[in-house]
Amino acid sequence: MPPKSRVSAIPTPKDPAITSPSTFKSTSSTSSAGGPITFGHSSSTPYTPKPSTNTPSKSSSTAAGKSASATSTKQQLDPHNAGDVLNSIWRKYMEQTPQRVKLMDAFMGFLIVVGVLQFLYCLIVGNFPFNAFLSGFSATVGQFVLTASLRIQTNPENKSEFGSISNERAFADFVFGSLLLHFFCVNFIN
Amino acid sequence: MATTDDGQFLKKVSGRNTRGLLRVIILCLIAGAAVSSRLFSVIRFESIIHEFDPWFNFRATKYLVQNGFYSFWDWFDDRTWHPLGRVTGGTLYPGLMVTSGIIYHLLRFLALPVDIRNICVLLAPGFSGLTALATYLLTSEMVTSPSAGLLAAAFMGITPGYISRSVAGSYDNEAIAIFLLVFTFYLWIKAVKLGSMFWGALTALFYGYMVSAWGGYVFITNLLPLHAFVLICMGRYSPRLYVSYCSWYALGTLASMQIPFVGFLPIRSSEHMSALGVFGLLQLVGFVEWVRTQLPNKQFQTLLRALVLVVFVVALGALVLLTFSGVIAPWTGRFYSLWDTGYAKIHIPIIASVSEHQPTAWPAFFFDLNMMIWLFPAGVYMCFKTLTDEQVFIVIYAVLASYFAGVMVRLMLTLTPIVCVAAAMAFSQILDTYLDTKTPKADAKTNESPADSAKVAAAAVLPDSLRSTRTPYIGIYSYASKITVIGASAIYLLLFVLHCTWVTSNAYSSPSVVLASRLPDGSQHIIDDYREAYYWLRQNTPENAKIMSWWDYGYQIGGMADRPTLVDNNTWNNTHIATVGKAMSSREEVSYPIMRQHEVDYVLVVFGGLLRYSGDDINKFLWMVRIAEGIWPEEVKERDFFTPRGEYRVDDQATPTMRNSLMYKMSYYNYNSLFPAGQAEDRVRGAKLPAEGPQLSTVEEAFTSENWIIRIYKVKDLDNFGRDHQSAVAFDHGHKKKRASKKKGPRVLRVE
Repeated sequence: MPPKSRVSAIPTPKDPAITSPSTFKSTSSTSSAGGPITFGHSSSTPYTPKPSTNTPSKSSSTAAGKSASATSTKQQLDPHNAGDVLNSIWRKYMEQTPQRVKLMDAFMGFLIVVGVLQFLYCLIVGNFPFNAFLSGFSATVGQFVLTASLRIQTNPENKSEFGSISNERAFADFVFGSLLLHFFCVNFIN
Repeated sequence: MATTDDGQFLKKVSGRNTRGLLRVIILCLIAGAAVSSRLFSVIRFESIIHEFDPWFNFRATKYLVQNGFYSFWDWFDDRTWHPLGRVTGGTLYPGLMVTSGIIYHLLRFLALPVDIRNICVLLAPGFSGLTALATYLLTSEMVTSPSAGLLAAAFMGITPGYISRSVAGSYDNEAIAIFLLVFTFYLWIKAVKLGSMFWGALTALFYGYMVSAWGGYVFITNLLPLHAFVLICMGRYSPRLYVSYCSWYALGTLASMQIPFVGFLPIRSSEHMSALGVFGLLQLVGFVEWVRTQLPNKQFQTLLRALVLVVFVVALGALVLLTFSGVIAPWTGRFYSLWDTGYAKIHIPIIASVSEHQPTAWPAFFFDLNMMIWLFPAGVYMCFKTLTDEQVFIVIYAVLASYFAGVMVRLMLTLTPIVCVAAAMAFSQILDTYLDTKTPKADAKTNESPADSAKVAAAAVLPDSLRSTRTPYIGIYSYASKITVIGASAIYLLLFVLHCTWVTSNAYSSPSVVLASRLPDGSQHIIDDYREAYYWLRQNTPENAKIMSWWDYGYQIGGMADRPTLVDNNTWNNTHIATVGKAMSSREEVSYPIMRQHEVDYVLVVFGGLLRYSGDDINKFLWMVRIAEGIWPEEVKERDFFTPRGEYRVDDQATPTMRNSLMYKMSYYNYNSLFPAGQAEDRVRGAKLPAEGPQLSTVEEAFTSENWIIRIYKVKDLDNFGRDHQSAVAFDHGHKKKRASKKKGPRVLRVE
């Protein structure tokens, strides 16, 4: 259940509320720096070729017009502006990541939140049943790592690295690892 | 050895299946050789548990088999470390006992009722066969040549460096731990190569098994992170590394924490911090790599790299801070002594006193590894030539293990597998090059065509910079040179086998519980004093009689005599050991109250003076003094046991402190009576003893074994008339003398 709840919190690319800032960013950057942003690494993306075609067809003109004043100030800032970059990352992520991978990412985000909560609890309240804290915390960490591994293995960009591992195999490995992990955790919890 | 050559030869002739079958047969033969070469001790002596520690493992295994797993897990042993007791279940590595327990029940289930002792005796040889197999697998991951793996397996099977800890009867943790070590490394290499969670999880599983079996697991805990770290530093970070390392660490750490003895150590002690640090670093690097694929700009990438560096430095600083503030336990003494060999001698004599913790003597390397010790650098050099991820591992392992083996005799054991692997790589290179029956075309210019294995192999070795090798025509032309090299190699291999067999049969197959000597006519004579004395204790003392002896013999007394002891080889309480050391090295008047307080009934000393047995208590005596001095520097002083000229003597030049110490008195009590007057001689130290032997008042001789190796004394009860023992003994003597001649009575009293 928990992953599902987190998933619902992360909006999908079809959501207009999310797409509009992303398109806004893309227009601003292309106009200002002459396209320092190349989405070079993933050749499969449709956004590489030219700045002109860069804007998605469904980009809403309303957002672009509304943000014109804001972009004018931002154009003066150097292209290394942190917010700028973060936004571009976010947009790129939103547009290029498949739904399944987003699910995984959401799950990983959830695990981070749970881990941090546990850690805070341990800091504030104390670590009395240390076994319990440790097994809870390492369950989140372990699950996070395993999910990250699954994400890496199923990523088509890493196909060259994991030639011998199909997606199904990766998932089976993931299940195997998770089973082991939770067996150890339950055994350790006292 | 010859069989491996066959495998290479038949490669061209037969099909894939035949070669596979041959390989299996060869491996089985190697395993058979490995097992059978470890059976010398059983054949020469009998099926008996060896040495010291194995006796405890044996006792614990019997307890496990009799009482079941759960009571073994919660075992509190009140028959050791009297009066403290020992939480045995929580302070041992249970892997060994559980393994033999499982084998025992499995055999029962198969209707093969085998005595648990035989399982324990034969466990180490059995696992050595598996080690050979694991070495084969590990080596096969490293090189393409199939013969290297077989050679490595053969080397591993018979090398004395490993046999020393795995002969039949040597039922110690190392018996299964070396197999687990090699196999874990194999799984790790596999995981790194494939980048598979499955192999990573298997690595973690076997790592957990290793943790449950041997304290040497820390070697793995530090070697794998080091490998990962070096790969990252070489700029070889790959998603495969992330997947394999993280799945190993996350699962393996949890698995290791299941063992009560390890418990929270993986997050609390410095030895495990490198693994945690590299884990964190990998997360960071992985995240940055991921962001970088999303990132447009080069400058950000450099910025991110700086960020990684900063976080790394900050984490290191935090680690140091936490260590100093005491949250993370600093390095234990045993690890300090790895960096500074003199450390233990000064600060922790108990660690320095253990013989297997001494630095290694140089000849030991040749003795244990023979020709492999000079093939080893060649193999490592070949790893440098190609330097793939797994060969980096070989290099790191080789460097680390060589250092550790030089520091501590015992760690020769961790060096042996890598030496076998590297030597096999070098040797198979030679064989592959020279065993090729095909002669290359005599025309050197047109030799591009034959791309056979020998050419490729030789091209890997030869540098490109020399003119003669720039246009290589590689291959051996004349049969004469081939035969010479192959012949020399074969002779070396044969010599190696001879050496291994000789070392095994002569140096490593003695149970040390039973000693062997040769009679003048060459026949073997068994000296069985230990068991004689322990059996005497078992038969003639009450069930709960407490035996005081130096800690070396604690496990044996517990195992063979089944009597409670004060201290034993699990040296967990230094103070308690120092107490025993003080009792042994002090005057009787001081020792007696100590022994009364600890309810000691019998004192056991080992004396080799009659039989030239050098491992006796007088030779170990200085360690007792040093350890006692560590706790009571005012009362026990090492200097007092040396003559003014700095000699350690036991003859009539011995210092008064020495001559009045309980240990000295118990060792030489009544020894004069064996010799004609005035000719008593300590044969092991080559010293003439004073004409008058020491007198004992607070203990009385209870038993002396056939060859005087073990002497047992009974601690006297309090005197019936309330006198102290000295005056009581003096009175007795005086009484006797008085009867003989009435005038001399009082004078004797004054002398006493």
